[in-house]
Amino acid sequence: MQSQAQYVLRTVEERGVRFVQLWFTDVLGRHKAFHVTPAELEDALDQGMTFDGSAIDGFSRTTESDLLARPDLTTFQLLPWYERGAGVARVFCDIVNIDGTAFDGCPRQRLRRVLDDARAKGYTFFVAPEIEYFYFADLDPSTGPIPLDHGSYFDLLPDDTSSQLRRQTVLTLEEMGIGVEHAQHEDAPGQHEIDLRYTDALTMADTVMSLRHVVKELARQAGVAASFMPKPLIGVQGSGMHTHLSLWRDEKNAFIGEHTYGLSDLAAKFIAGLVRHAPEITAVTNQWVNSYKRLVPGDEAPVDAKWARYDTAALVRVPSVKPGRIDSTRIEYRSPDAAANPYLAFAVMLAAGLRGVMGNYELPPEGERTAALPQSLAQAVDLMACSSLMHETLGSHLVEWFLRNKRAEWDAYRGQVTPFELERYLPLL
Amino acid sequence: MSIDVVLCVPSCEGPVRKAFDVTGVSPAVATSARLNEITALEPADGFSGAVINAAALPFSEAMGLCRQLRQRERGVGPIILLLDHYQLDELTFREDLFDDFVVGPYDVSELATRLRHRLRRAGNESVAPRIEHAGLSMNLETYQASIAGRVMDLTYMEYELLRFLATNPNRVFTRATLLSRVWGYEYYGGARTVDVHVRRLRAKMGEEHAHLIQTVRSVGYKFGTSNEFSD
Repeated sequence: MQSQAQYVLRTVEERGVRFVQLWFTDVLGRHKAFHVTPAELEDALDQGMTFDGSAIDGFSRTTESDLLARPDLTTFQLLPWYERGAGVARVFCDIVNIDGTAFDGCPRQRLRRVLDDARAKGYTFFVAPEIEYFYFADLDPSTGPIPLDHGSYFDLLPDDTSSQLRRQTVLTLEEMGIGVEHAQHEDAPGQHEIDLRYTDALTMADTVMSLRHVVKELARQAGVAASFMPKPLIGVQGSGMHTHLSLWRDEKNAFIGEHTYGLSDLAAKFIAGLVRHAPEITAVTNQWVNSYKRLVPGDEAPVDAKWARYDTAALVRVPSVKPGRIDSTRIEYRSPDAAANPYLAFAVMLAAGLRGVMGNYELPPEGERTAALPQSLAQAVDLMACSSLMHETLGSHLVEWFLRNKRAEWDAYRGQVTPFELERYLPLL
Repeated sequence: MSIDVVLCVPSCEGPVRKAFDVTGVSPAVATSARLNEITALEPADGFSGAVINAAALPFSEAMGLCRQLRQRERGVGPIILLLDHYQLDELTFREDLFDDFVVGPYDVSELATRLRHRLRRAGNESVAPRIEHAGLSMNLETYQASIAGRVMDLTYMEYELLRFLATNPNRVFTRATLLSRVWGYEYYGGARTVDVHVRRLRAKMGEEHAHLIQTVRSVGYKFGTSNEFSD
């Protein structure tokens, strides 16, 4: 630990870093930061930063509000888009109570706890998300979003702004040590996708936060805008975060086995767990009113809890493994969107799968629909409220706050009169 | 890359080993104070220094060894003694036999700092803690690494992994070894963590230098440009 602090302080000095951003996330996965100067850094590394938690969504408590943001020094990284010699670095923080114990509302530590629990059972959990988003000319809600290009799947377009931006983004991510599997134009105009190389779930949740920041920052610098909103345009695909999952045990991929499609018994139970608990965890993997406009029939997004090998509308898919790459055996969970809180989303996916493993769940037949996914945030929240899995995984502090916040969001939404209603009903009724 | 070989008697374990790792200095371990064992270990250009654990040897034997090293024709660089607290009194009137001492329990950074400091004081410029290899340059004092003149922004663990690999070029390490030597504590990814970090390092080194860290199929990784054992 000591030498890590030394490494950070010395690098700040050598590289002329002027500011260090201490990054953390609120319960909804929104990016927060303190900015400290090098002079304050040593104290911040040593003691953490005290702040008033009641100002942050999901951190408020009745009894106490002072919290500490404690930097995780392993995540110290210079941000490549700032000028050399006047550099800015970031480090992720864990939120702890003043007495040093983990704060219940900290998503990063919540994921840690779930990973620790899996490790106690002998498992390590790897994830690799495919992150979709749109480039728009601007984000002015009054004019509606105007896509930056008119491409579609894998289109190789003349070098336009959005292709340049995507390429620049991938290079910047690589400079930050974030491995990109590949990047491509997606189905809808202005829609792009970046697929990340697998890492452990904690690193990946940090990475998703970094990626969202980098994508938006580089778009801003180019005078345009990027958005991870799940369904920004009517009539075209929304943006998802298909997440590839695998469990490892004793340094071996525990999903490899003799079952159908080269899966193990454990993988079958894990899928069964995901399929059975999917309706309850959807409030976290798809946490906005808008998320449910993506999960509609006819598009590629899932609407039912079922698994399959090829069906792109399945909730859980078993991707083919290239010959000689048997270690890449994995499953793909397709409902989450990139506007989720990645810490909590990975935590609940793992918990649901592990519940299947521990409870010896039986895998339903391929392609059989066992339940419907919730059709609205209101339904999802009700399912979450009755879920013992969610309470156990996320803790009561977090669940209660989340339910309150999401019910308020739903109430604000259902009072709206939409253009759909005006166009359809006003002349008719 | 030139390597400083420092004699280490009678063992090199735990914090002592870690201090050697941190400084990038190679230990030559003699299990006893016998001179013929020590001579057999001596590199062509002599030892750069010696770390003698007086607490792990009969005290008189340790002192005898210091004296012999001092009297040799080809001088051994600085001699650092490792001691138990109660041995401090014994040092009186023997100050000429050693250059520095450290009292146990040993703190890795203290030991490393003294080692580095003494080797530098002895006018040994090559210990200016720097690793140069095929375009990679690492300054172990300022923790900065660059490739073909371009500074790389590394996280701490990436830096540590690269330093460890580059300090031991052309040696193949298993993931488990790298985990225990570089991380030294439990980490979420298990041995896959090593793969993830190697991938990150390669990304940061850039395509034209990524091959400096070679995958040795079904074994692990090695640093260097020689093609032996590589895939």
